[in-house]
Amino acid sequence: MAKVNIKIEGVSYQVEEGLTILEAAKQCGYEIPSLCAFNHGECSNGSCRVCLVEVVGARGLVASCVYPVNEGMEIIISSPKATEARRASVELLLSNHSQHCQQCDKNGKCELLYVASATGAREGRFAGSKTPTTYDELTPTIVRDTSKCILCGRCVARCKNAHGKDMGILGFENRGFNTIVAPAENRSFINSPCIMCGQCINVCPTGALMEKSEIAKVDAAMKAGKYVIVQTAPAVRAALGEEFGMKIGTPVTGKMVAALRRLGFKKVFDTNFAADLTIMEEGTELLSRLTNGGVLPMITSCSPGWVNYAEYNFGDLLPHLSSCKSPHEMFGAILKTYYAEKIGVKPEDMYVVSIMPCSCKKFEKERDQLKTNGMPDVDAVLTTRELGRLIRRAGINFPKLPDEDFDTDIVHDYSGAGVIFGVTGGVMEAALRTVYFKLTGKEYEKINFTEVRGLEGVREATIDINGTAVNVAVANGMKGAKILLDDIRAGKSKYHFIEIMGCPGGCINGGGQPYVRDVFLPNEDDDIMDTYIQKRANALYSEDERQVIRQSHNNPQIKALYDEFLGEPNSHKAHELLHTTYAAREGFND
Amino acid sequence: MAHINEAGVKKICEICDRYANDKTPLMMILSDIQNEYGYIPLEVQQIVSEKTGISVAEIYGVVTFYSFFSLEPKGKYVIGCCLGTACYVKGAQQIIDKFSEIIGIKPGETSADGLFTLDALRCIGACGIAPAVTINGKVYPKVTVDAVPGIVEEYRAMGGAN
Repeated sequence: MAKVNIKIEGVSYQVEEGLTILEAAKQCGYEIPSLCAFNHGECSNGSCRVCLVEVVGARGLVASCVYPVNEGMEIIISSPKATEARRASVELLLSNHSQHCQQCDKNGKCELLYVASATGAREGRFAGSKTPTTYDELTPTIVRDTSKCILCGRCVARCKNAHGKDMGILGFENRGFNTIVAPAENRSFINSPCIMCGQCINVCPTGALMEKSEIAKVDAAMKAGKYVIVQTAPAVRAALGEEFGMKIGTPVTGKMVAALRRLGFKKVFDTNFAADLTIMEEGTELLSRLTNGGVLPMITSCSPGWVNYAEYNFGDLLPHLSSCKSPHEMFGAILKTYYAEKIGVKPEDMYVVSIMPCSCKKFEKERDQLKTNGMPDVDAVLTTRELGRLIRRAGINFPKLPDEDFDTDIVHDYSGAGVIFGVTGGVMEAALRTVYFKLTGKEYEKINFTEVRGLEGVREATIDINGTAVNVAVANGMKGAKILLDDIRAGKSKYHFIEIMGCPGGCINGGGQPYVRDVFLPNEDDDIMDTYIQKRANALYSEDERQVIRQSHNNPQIKALYDEFLGEPNSHKAHELLHTTYAAREGFND
Repeated sequence: MAHINEAGVKKICEICDRYANDKTPLMMILSDIQNEYGYIPLEVQQIVSEKTGISVAEIYGVVTFYSFFSLEPKGKYVIGCCLGTACYVKGAQQIIDKFSEIIGIKPGETSADGLFTLDALRCIGACGIAPAVTINGKVYPKVTVDAVPGIVEEYRAMGGAN
């Protein structure tokens, strides 16, 4: 890469050609306050005007996030003119902002407040009229409050990057002072073909897009004396530590359990138990489709964002989806039947809370298809971030907690296969471990199917099982999924089994995971935006390696569950409790 | 998409196909649809989205950004009052207010009988004849407030006739 010579604040530096001023300055150790710039220009419209600097010879101040460096450039960050302009930009943003910071859950992670402090924009110099506000809280998942939106366009960019240019739900609407970011017609997400993955929440710099909190519901259930059980998804342990300043990629399973116990949950279980159960059901379903000429390829159904996408856009392909409920829903159904009976608690007195890396699970749990005997399988879903809030609120010193084990009970064991559900390719790998055993009668020696690992949007592999070639594919994000789905629709798909996850990277990068912002992560490396997904993935793969039992079918409690209660995988009872149905839906519905 | 008949869908697809080789076809497509039908409702945007691979949200953004595009059907006669700087200082605000008063609609609205739509335009490049009004392409130069009732009457007399 060619280098160019520049001066920043009068000091000479050599930097790579093609960098923006903002990136070059960062490499040289200068932090220019910036707001809309995000993740190497994933979104840099230069729209917020916060990162203004002086370039000697340029006509006016330039937005450093979009202005490339060139040979001989002299950049001045600290001049009174630039300092004043940055402050004015932030004050203008604040003048059209609701400023209900005290009530806002984003407080503490709000980038607008951060740049306000960094630029000295404290008093409201520009009081005036405000853009008419839309407050959308109709979905169980995402709350959109345009009074906090700064029109940076990060969410617009992320939605398109993850799910395709044709699918992006959010866009800029209207013009000038009336501009808002919204689904077409300023509709609610609930009346749009939004899959509710929550990626937009993950990138929003302010509180304009947030998950809908269910903390109050859980509080009420505890207060009412319900038997409140909590289960945690695999990806949560790979990221919860970040909420407490721990390095990204630190597995915190033991501390998470300790914290949940201190928060007053009667039982602390691991969704991984149900992930193993899912593999038994889904693996059996796949084998039966393979041997009985069923609909192929079969596609996983754990990701509710993906299920939404399928129902909106590929109604004709719904028979390809596995009929398995997602793991936490399976767990809910088992807790409120098998387990409730075992411990002598009435199902109606039981309250199941799922801690999920996912915002869409909040939507999923409300689905009519996911009720057993008229009761929802899961009563409340909290995101990893919400759990962080609960722990902080209780005054728990998380990093100092001892490591504790999940409750030892008849539904607590889990295999390494269950753990890797949280990363893209994980469900596929877990299923292959069990399918291999079922087809050959022996365990796969290497255990790991590394062919399906990775973070690319679409991956494929051919697995040789006893001379039978099984073609598999893995997609994360709907942009990649659509390629596979279009092929199925055209009758050109060569695959037997496909795993699809709604979020790029899978659940570890889900819409409920801790925000990753380099400004709030001073102890992380500069390339953290490029590496955090892999670091979280490694946390899960390392827990898989540490497990004694690595395959779902070897989980002794799963065996007991079938022996005592369910019978065989895909039995009538299993179908009643653990399987579900899908229905095509119109995206723009009224 | 219950509102559009088969012929309509076919026509919109045909318009999209005209620009199949363009790198940025959206403005041309929307422009043709606006000219053909007089408005671009969401159902139509969905068809354009499917044909072009551009998201509905983005198309909607473009439609609502440019005042030339309309989401609602326009009236038979579209009255455009220029409110550009030159027209404005020559009293264009009073002109549009008078149209508004006589027809009983605000700028941007269409009368209940479907006869008139009143649009406030920015500079239409006819500053020499300010204040200017256009009705379905016909230009009225140096319009006065007193002339407005006569103009409206002229079109009312033509009524729904073609």
